[in-house]
Amino acid sequence: MIATENITFSKAEIERYSRHLIIPDFNIEGQRKLKAAKVLVVGSGGLGAPLLQYLAAAGVGTIGIVDYDTVDDSNLQRQVLFGVASIGKAKVDEAAARIQSLNPYIKVKTYNTMLSSDNALDIIKDYDIVADGTDNFPTRYLVNDACVLLGKVNVYASIFRFEGQVSVFNYTDEDGNVGPNYRDLFPSPPPPGLVPSCAEGGVIGVLPGILGSMQALEVLKVASGVGKPLSGKLFLYDALDFSTRTLKVYKDPENPLTGDHPTQTELIDYVQFCGVPHVEQEFREEAQIKKVDVHRLVEMRQAGEDFQLIDVREPYEYEIVNIQGELMPKGHIDEFVGKIAKDKPVIVHCRSGKRSADVIQHLEKQYGYDNLYNLEGGVLAYADEIDPSLPKY
Amino acid sequence: MAKIIVPTPLRKFTQNQTSVETGGNTIKEAIGSLVTQFPDLRQHLLTKEGSLRTFVRVYLGEEDIKQLEGEATPIQSQSEISIIPAIAGGKA
Repeated sequence: MIATENITFSKAEIERYSRHLIIPDFNIEGQRKLKAAKVLVVGSGGLGAPLLQYLAAAGVGTIGIVDYDTVDDSNLQRQVLFGVASIGKAKVDEAAARIQSLNPYIKVKTYNTMLSSDNALDIIKDYDIVADGTDNFPTRYLVNDACVLLGKVNVYASIFRFEGQVSVFNYTDEDGNVGPNYRDLFPSPPPPGLVPSCAEGGVIGVLPGILGSMQALEVLKVASGVGKPLSGKLFLYDALDFSTRTLKVYKDPENPLTGDHPTQTELIDYVQFCGVPHVEQEFREEAQIKKVDVHRLVEMRQAGEDFQLIDVREPYEYEIVNIQGELMPKGHIDEFVGKIAKDKPVIVHCRSGKRSADVIQHLEKQYGYDNLYNLEGGVLAYADEIDPSLPKY
Repeated sequence: MAKIIVPTPLRKFTQNQTSVETGGNTIKEAIGSLVTQFPDLRQHLLTKEGSLRTFVRVYLGEEDIKQLEGEATPIQSQSEISIIPAIAGGKA
């Protein structure tokens, strides 16, 4: 429980929070608990935008923000914390300035760093509640494990395209019972590649606003002790058909942290745990693929050389921007094998060069191609270095 | 026919269908019916031995099948089965 004996409010604060103070079940005691609370928001992006603004507006006394990123123009479709003037600047600084201007009565602390196994315990230990608004499986497991090891509540939300999830993990109820955590729900992550990130898979703009707002309210409930937090439950929202479900989550006796026979007592290497290939390994595999850069592609075109250019992106990406390649989406590449030349150079490209490298490896292994070249940097590099009039996405 | 709700990350294997009608009298048979209709789903849901992969969570209504009879849990024609995806998005 958060101690509130020494918490007082100025006249200005009383007036600011008056709509909370007149809710009978919340009143000044709830507000005192909010002011005493220390909440760490991990990730100041799609979920972080509503989280940070509502937590600050509501009067959470100390808010920490962790992020290592800078604001990009493509963030503004959903990260309503930022404006055009924020582009290129550190997210934590822009977020802190925004919420401090919204509420000067709170303390804001920033960590312009990537949360890792080396710093997570040190950062999280000073907070009561963590709100996880990150965007990848290794960090999800890291946040969970650090919260479990330190006994902190982990208020979780996650989104993908039109679908979102919310839960409250590692919550201790009034009887002292600790609720389930993320590993009880998902003992192991899906294999890399099955669930793309928002950067690869897309997300509808309003969705993080909805889920992040629910997450913010769960933080306020946990901090104030008002209501019944979403512990032991998983809320699912599918915006496509406006369906919602609330499922039960149980403690798993095989949980390596909190099960019957715990085997894990410290943080681990989460990148390895999630099977995300280390950069060196990826580099080694890609190093064996033949490549051309965008300038060479232009030279070949201008010289009228005989070659084939293949675009392995999706049709809807082709519509956004293309460089006149033949469209053969990666997922259906086997159906196009008859159309991929074996007797002349074939340049394969995608958005950034990653998917085309995968396609080349596949075609070389499965069909014995030896005339395939990856276009380094894909259409992004082409837009940067050859034709700046092309949009990047 | 029971209904299986397909989560977003797996819809690319079900021709974008958000739910699929399946046959069978148990969860195992319903999942079997699903992967027979959409063979590309098999490797994402089932191990080579045919049991559910550890990262795949299956619910009958609001209840985790692990709390019932696991894959042998009986289902009825009006049952709603959910496959719960692990998704991680939120920041980028």
